[in-house]
Amino acid sequence: MGNKLKKLGELFLTFFKIGLFTFGGGYAMLSVIEDNCSEKKKWITHDEMMYVTVIAESTPGPVAINCATFTGHRVAGVAGAVAATLGVILPSFIIIYAIATLLDNFLEIALVAKAFKGIKAGVSLLILSVGTNMLKKMDRGIRARIIAACAFCAMLLINIFSWNISSIVLMLLAGAVSLAIFLIGDKRKGGEAA
Amino acid sequence: MIYLQLFLGFLKVGLFSFGGAYSAIPLIRDIVQEYGWLSDEMLTHMIAISESTPGPIMINLATYVGASQAGILGAALATVTVALPAFLVILLVVTLLKNALENKYVQAVLKGLVPCVIGIILATGAYMTFQSCVPMAGDLAVDVSAVIIVAALTAAMIGCKAWRKKKLSPIMLIVLSALLGLFVY
Repeated sequence: MGNKLKKLGELFLTFFKIGLFTFGGGYAMLSVIEDNCSEKKKWITHDEMMYVTVIAESTPGPVAINCATFTGHRVAGVAGAVAATLGVILPSFIIIYAIATLLDNFLEIALVAKAFKGIKAGVSLLILSVGTNMLKKMDRGIRARIIAACAFCAMLLINIFSWNISSIVLMLLAGAVSLAIFLIGDKRKGGEAA
Repeated sequence: MIYLQLFLGFLKVGLFSFGGAYSAIPLIRDIVQEYGWLSDEMLTHMIAISESTPGPIMINLATYVGASQAGILGAALATVTVALPAFLVILLVVTLLKNALENKYVQAVLKGLVPCVIGIILATGAYMTFQSCVPMAGDLAVDVSAVIIVAALTAAMIGCKAWRKKKLSPIMLIVLSALLGLFVY
């Protein structure tokens, strides 16, 4: 029992440190998690780390949460998963909560307001460049290109005309269309074989 | 009531954000507009702050939106909710559904989802960039300062890649845009 508690504490502290010192979001965190949990603590192997990364990319939610849950579970079961996940979340929570209570006063300072006006343009460009990078790494197939182009146009129209359609609807549609194309292809292949 | 809205809203974000933090931004934009929680202006401020503070961006944004709407309880609720689907999915995958992700039907759905998410992120970025240059869409009044900032940042991004063979890091981009804001406005 004491041993298990010690393990949970160690998981919590390790992931708390990872959450506290990694800037730049989930993907930046992956290399720090690998360094801490695979190289130093030997909690998971390099291959397992690759496996979690692949899972993280095809499942929803923050990548860092996926990794923390996986590692925690490997080391100490469900309780371990909870300890690691809470550990990685808590630093963000404390820091952002403090900022949230101060931000409004902070924005009233004229210089800060000016800087944030510039930041608004910067962040929009940042989103655009993240999207462009993802596009470069995307599967080059014709189907993927058509879906990306359709989603781009649809989302742009939704924004311009302020239509009340959630991007979730587009995602569900894309998933359904892709599944339908696959099923039709599957059937045709099955027919030829028979 | 606000707690229920925060829970449902961030459950949607947690469930549909495939492919990292930036796929969550269009979703978070959806819900903060739907419930009238934050303006686009405040949202971009928070994206910048989330990029420049440690931790997962999605968690940072959830904490902020929750805190701004319903104090510390709201912050805790939104944060836990946005992490919950990722947590449960991993537990499911490692315990019960070891091969679920290799299933050909799941793969077929993902093949459609991923390009769709990329299209949505690109459209959101393009629209928000346009909007910061032309804030009043109705009378097409161009914000010249914003156009100068966008042009300068684009030049910096291309220049950095050409000369230093490295992408301009998000934090550098934000610092640069803040400095430009100070000079131009």
